[in-house]
Amino acid sequence: MAYAGEAPKDSFRLSMLIYDTRYRSITIQIIVLILFGLFLSWIFNNIVQNLAAKDRGFSYDFLWNRAGYDISQRLIAYTNDDTHARAMLVGLLNTLLLAFFGCILATVIGVVAGVLRLSNNWLIGRLMTVYVEVTRNVPVLLWILLVYVVLSEAMPEPKDFKLTDAMIAAGEQPKAHMILGSIAITNRGTNIPEPLFDRSLGNIDLGIFLVSLDLLAIIAVLVGSFFAYRALSHRARALQEATGVRPVTWWKSLLIWLAPVVILLWALGFHLGYPQFKGFNFTGGITVAHAFTALLVALSLYTGAFIAEIVRAGIMAIPRGQTEAAYALGLRPGRTMSLVILPQALRVIIPPLISQYLNLTKNTSLAIAVSYMDLRGTLGGITLNQTGKELECMLLMMAIYLTISLIISGVMNIYNNAVKLKER
Amino acid sequence: MKKSVFIGTLALASALAGVAAADTVADVKARGQLICGTNPGLTGFAAPDANGNYQGFDVAICKAVAAAVLGDSNKVKYVPLTGETRFTALASGEVDVLVRNSTWTFSRDTDLKFDFVAVNYYDGQGFMVKKDLGVTSAKELDGATICIQTGTTTELNLADWFKANNIAYTPVNIADDAEGQRQLVAGACDAYTTDASGLAAARATMADPQNYIILPEIISKEPLGPVVRHGDNNWGDVVRWTYYALVAAEEYGITSANVDEIASTTQNPEIKRLLGMDADLGSFMGLDKEWAKRAIKQVGNYGEIFAANIGESTPIGLARGLNAQWTQGGLQYAPPFR
Repeated sequence: MAYAGEAPKDSFRLSMLIYDTRYRSITIQIIVLILFGLFLSWIFNNIVQNLAAKDRGFSYDFLWNRAGYDISQRLIAYTNDDTHARAMLVGLLNTLLLAFFGCILATVIGVVAGVLRLSNNWLIGRLMTVYVEVTRNVPVLLWILLVYVVLSEAMPEPKDFKLTDAMIAAGEQPKAHMILGSIAITNRGTNIPEPLFDRSLGNIDLGIFLVSLDLLAIIAVLVGSFFAYRALSHRARALQEATGVRPVTWWKSLLIWLAPVVILLWALGFHLGYPQFKGFNFTGGITVAHAFTALLVALSLYTGAFIAEIVRAGIMAIPRGQTEAAYALGLRPGRTMSLVILPQALRVIIPPLISQYLNLTKNTSLAIAVSYMDLRGTLGGITLNQTGKELECMLLMMAIYLTISLIISGVMNIYNNAVKLKER
Repeated sequence: MKKSVFIGTLALASALAGVAAADTVADVKARGQLICGTNPGLTGFAAPDANGNYQGFDVAICKAVAAAVLGDSNKVKYVPLTGETRFTALASGEVDVLVRNSTWTFSRDTDLKFDFVAVNYYDGQGFMVKKDLGVTSAKELDGATICIQTGTTTELNLADWFKANNIAYTPVNIADDAEGQRQLVAGACDAYTTDASGLAAARATMADPQNYIILPEIISKEPLGPVVRHGDNNWGDVVRWTYYALVAAEEYGITSANVDEIASTTQNPEIKRLLGMDADLGSFMGLDKEWAKRAIKQVGNYGEIFAANIGESTPIGLARGLNAQWTQGGLQYAPPFR
């Protein structure tokens, strides 16, 4: 009998890097990595050489120079004497404000439209189909411009609200009236009453911006109410489980939510400051520029259409048997949806929803089309132009958008881990 | 093999990264076309006509340079640029020269590394409002909403001027002239501010120009002129002296109609040098003898360009004012051709 000898001892030859399947994939990966590294170094080298050829340095010092331009929409104090860095912060906060409200509104619109699209009512179902298909198949920039132009062309000019002595003498009425005497929608923006406090607690100066102590107090009271409400419903559930009788809680919870806030507002001397027409514009109150309204409406309608499809897909992914089982247990359709279907559907919905939030946040950079001063408008627009630091501004802006997106992604992933199927 | 790929990649990378020595005259000649950055649409200065060809006061400079360098004023490719994109386009080499109502300022000249080679229009910033607003002076604009083109010097002047006069305003930052006009007409702005020449041009294109007034205050100095990149001095010279050839032509009474006649009859040595009859001035800049003659013949002298595009006989109706010849009390002054 001849036995097969020992396997020949592996002696490494260079050709094995290509012909031996054990090494080939590693070889290819290393080559690609080297080429990629060369590509990056070429780009970097190119930038350095071109900057040198233009006699331009690379520095972020300009951020600490006086900006010199004005910004009309701002959440924190800013004048043209402040630095470019502060102008950037003003723009960043405008971006975040838009993204925050946009995500909330888009989610509400999307969930409602997605559920309604599955409605058994033929008319509602078709209407939602039309909404989804029309909205998501037209570029969002066009929606933004459309909403903005409609708002700025269709609404009356501020001076149409003016009531002069001559007009009173002649018994004439102004061409336009404020809604309920407190809200004025002009072709520039929506003027709404602002909350004012007679006995204000003042502000804390955080160095970068001021924080209203009144607002902090209100938030603290609301958080307190929340915990009280949770304790109340916890007790009610315990009682129900022990005795089978659900205690009446609605008036207690109403009291818990409302009474402390009302008392606090009264203590602070809360009242509303109404917008008044003065000179050329309304003063007093809060002016929400149409640029913001147009962006918010257009972005949320657009993203809402995508979210509607995600929600519909999520619901349809839950087997029909789940609904039937819930009905068999005697649950009504509304409770079936909220207690059985949606919690399971969320597992399917959340991951694609994250990317819709990211899309909406990044789409806020279209704000410049309607003169909304977001990050792209301040840092990537006026600052870039007045200082000529294209590379620095663009890189900084990219880094900021990347950071925002990663934060949103991270937060949503935490939520996703909370709702996803727990495998034990 | 890997080694040769590596070396090849390195060689390729360094070849691509290597910055070509800046010789724009040679580039333009090799390309057979001048690439000129212009305003996307400002009637009288740079706007497409009914046939889609760019015409205007700024465009004429592009045409004159093309006539001087390439011999044909039509060999120009126009790149419409907004106030925001113009300097990036010039710095990156996307355009050879930028003639877009751009104000000569210290920081643009030094920090942005550009050269403003001449001033083809001395301007200042003004305000336009609707007549029924009842305002007669810019100082009455306290609390007004003002439309302003973003990325311009006017943006900074506006902030400075309102601050100096201790009055408030709400800025609306718009991207270009057309949007500013639309917002003013719609009443979304109380006032629109830009260079006074731009306001006149904007008013000329409106359906009801009699309902708009330009306020008397001129709040800044806006010397507008053609811009080139730092570093290619010869190209800067070509653009500068082509422009001055047009100015000198007006001073000496040379027009597009009579340039050939004058060239053959004149005894004035300065005119002879300018038109290339005597000396070969063009060769100092890498051009031929008749560079200036061609520019004048094909485009006209400074006065002709002004009258045809923005002068008093046009709807824009701008007076020469500061832009008259120095002999007429203006600031347009061509250095000697010698």
